[in-house]
Amino acid sequence: MQMLNVTIDGQRLQVKEGTTILEACELTGVEIPTLCYLKHLAPEGSCRMCVVEVKGARDLKVSCATMCDEGMEVVTMNEKIYAWRRFIIEMLLADHHIDCFSCSDTGQCKLYQYALDYGVNEPRFKVEARDWEKDESNKFFDYDPHKCILCRRCVRVCNERQNNHTLSLNGRGIDTVVGMPFNELFIDSNCVSCGNCVSVCPTGALSTKSSKHYRAWEVTKTRTTCSYCAVGCQMDLVVKKGKVVGVEPADGHSNKGLLCVKGKFAYKFIDHPDRLTTPLIRKDGVLEPASWDEALDCVVDNLQRIKAESGPDAIAGFSSSRTTNEDNYAFMKMMRAAIGTNNVDNCARV
Amino acid sequence: MAGLAITLGSGAMTNSVAEVVDADVIFLIGSNPTEAHPVMGTQIRQARKRGAKLIVADPRVIDLAKEAVVHLQLTPGTNIALLNGMMHTIITEGLMDKHYVENQTEGFDELWDIVKDYTPEKAGEICGVDPEDIKAAARLYASGKRAPIYYCLGVTEHSSGTSGVMSISNLALLCGNVGKVGAGVNPLRGQNNVQGACDMGAIPAMYSGYQKVSDPEIRATFSKGWGVELSSNPGLTSIEAMDGAVSGDMRAIYIMGENPMLSDPNTNHVEKALRNLDFLVVQDIFLTETAELADVVLPATCFAEKEGTFTNTERRVQRVRKAVEGPGESREDWAILAEIMRRFGVDPGFNSAKEIMDEIAKLTPSFGGISYERLEQEQVQWPCPTFDHPGTPILHVGKFSRGERALFRPSPHIPSGEVPDDNYPMLLSTGRLLYHYNTPTMTGKNEELMEIEGRSFIEINPVDAAKHGLDQGGRVKVASRRGEIETEARVTQRVPEGVLFMPFHFADGAANILTSGEVDSISMTPEYKVCAVKVARASSDA
Repeated sequence: MQMLNVTIDGQRLQVKEGTTILEACELTGVEIPTLCYLKHLAPEGSCRMCVVEVKGARDLKVSCATMCDEGMEVVTMNEKIYAWRRFIIEMLLADHHIDCFSCSDTGQCKLYQYALDYGVNEPRFKVEARDWEKDESNKFFDYDPHKCILCRRCVRVCNERQNNHTLSLNGRGIDTVVGMPFNELFIDSNCVSCGNCVSVCPTGALSTKSSKHYRAWEVTKTRTTCSYCAVGCQMDLVVKKGKVVGVEPADGHSNKGLLCVKGKFAYKFIDHPDRLTTPLIRKDGVLEPASWDEALDCVVDNLQRIKAESGPDAIAGFSSSRTTNEDNYAFMKMMRAAIGTNNVDNCARV
Repeated sequence: MAGLAITLGSGAMTNSVAEVVDADVIFLIGSNPTEAHPVMGTQIRQARKRGAKLIVADPRVIDLAKEAVVHLQLTPGTNIALLNGMMHTIITEGLMDKHYVENQTEGFDELWDIVKDYTPEKAGEICGVDPEDIKAAARLYASGKRAPIYYCLGVTEHSSGTSGVMSISNLALLCGNVGKVGAGVNPLRGQNNVQGACDMGAIPAMYSGYQKVSDPEIRATFSKGWGVELSSNPGLTSIEAMDGAVSGDMRAIYIMGENPMLSDPNTNHVEKALRNLDFLVVQDIFLTETAELADVVLPATCFAEKEGTFTNTERRVQRVRKAVEGPGESREDWAILAEIMRRFGVDPGFNSAKEIMDEIAKLTPSFGGISYERLEQEQVQWPCPTFDHPGTPILHVGKFSRGERALFRPSPHIPSGEVPDDNYPMLLSTGRLLYHYNTPTMTGKNEELMEIEGRSFIEINPVDAAKHGLDQGGRVKVASRRGEIETEARVTQRVPEGVLFMPFHFADGAANILTSGEVDSISMTPEYKVCAVKVARASSDA
């Protein structure tokens, strides 16, 4: 592997051949604004937000789609770059439905953030509003074409990563819009509600229904492992006031930023009202609430009694292939060390 | 997973998930990943788009079958015959990796002794598959330079499941496809932590890390580590314990996070067993169908409310982190168990999930290099014996877990424990849907998912439907020797004639009322994939 010498904003470094300017910038800690760029996909280079200046080059270069060359000198910010990026934002805002007060993406919207960063207070250009309709037919998320910036992240993640081929670009020119073939609704399409398009949308065009109820600054995120199936997708639980309100994919070894409908949306069991909240003991044939002490005494007394009467092998334990390694280890230790039997199994077979 | 432990020495996926995208030939058998392992399914599609050729062996026209170069639509319960037929072609056409077989395997003569009878014509007859397709699949698989096999419960959930797994292992070894990048024998584990539950010794014959209870030295190590005397009596599997409960030998069962009333085969038998117990404890997050039968129910926390780790299908140990508090007085599972140990007069030896992992590392060589500190930096794949060991993305490189050589362990075709006959003329298979997860204790609590798929149904071929006067969406009675249910007909060519398919998720029209009590004699896995049934239009369907 050949190493290349490059300079980013005066900082010299060596990068592997095949590294893009954007990746080299990431290595040096220089942040470059991006809208269409998406890790794990071939560079798109269509939004032009990530432009930088390369010494000796005639025009600004798209950093996500330009490979580093030996001796390359890169400048990531100057007046020309600033003006260019500002102009792009103004163009994107020309037909953007600006309702940031009520938009569920406020606080995490990239367009909003870059408008702030580049001093765009109001759109310079005005385009007549399209008469597109919102699609709220999916059970888990909504689509508002008026907030779409045509970065194609959703289209590419659907076609090139999820490979479900639901989304495409319809129409031409100013009428171009992300949609489904023949402009059908999500509910009528082959969409499997994986939600990966929603996860990568940089604006509020695609948003989960639940995201209406929280703002980015109100939530904390906890990295964890999905509890459905054994692929072991990495994800962040989004929590507001002690309640899980959403799930976002993380870049794990086995999922690389993708999730399925269960991982992304099936979290509502967590605070479901039917959850067990107290121990129960059967009294006169009916399960009734009890204290932990009563319940644990009842368990231990009965197991001790049966062990004394019939020996430890008259007791069996079924552990769970849903719960953690630590819980499983503790369970088999309890069965073997405390109860004294090897009758311990889990639901691996069923 | 007993099969791979015998042939290779380790009952786990040999390679890593991420390798799939660089495969050139993928053989998928008894696995429907776009529904059961969706993010794996998408990566198989990515591979296909990058040029990988796909072979699918499945009785149903699953979504990936439509993208396959060859779809072997075999009769459920005939995996071994199919694999033997493929191996026959590979051997007779000189497509095997002779160098690999000679240097890294043993038992080839025994393999040929059995496989020689399985000409593609004979295999095709048993499987109901065109012999030319078997030959085409064999040639394609043998041509792969990076040719992983992925399989799932469509292989293991048969009374011949272990032999089916070993036949897959035979095929991979024959082509030198074990112990190298992008290849391997890869079971996609059914539940999120099946791998971990088995790794941790929640199986009768092994302590954590597959250390045998029957080995006195190992027993002594655990005895010393835990400070108690340990039993050498062989333990019973859950299926055997249930049988013991029916006969009265088993008097108490402690069930944690499991719902056998829906998940186990032959529900009526399970209910009889649980009701016959002197004492039943259920520790869970919901009052499941099983918990409703318990004498004591203990409320536990779910994955979002606890610290811990899961081990995924590729043996990767990854953190589970607490994001919210559990409801009411619920407690973490390990903490409940530790308290019971204390009340039995045994010191649990740990006070947190982290301390449990430290104990696991101390007593389990394959987890020796794993700690919470390390998992913050990297999620390693076991075996990982020491803190400077990088973990093991690919098993059996150069040398097998079993030793210098892997073992061919051939099997003739073994008919399913229950096959269709005059009284029960149709074959029922069961499986998972995209929108649900086993007994839908968790997914069923999401109204959106229930709106998409909320009720039991049965897939039936249009020819069979016409024969029985069944309409799309009509009610249908399905009966086996063990019970009868009513469900909704989905008339579709997804299933071939004579074969029915039901999801096992739903309590209304529960598939496991019907499924058989046949089990694989080695792994004790129930035969969920095959039982004989009859169907009739339900009288309620006016």
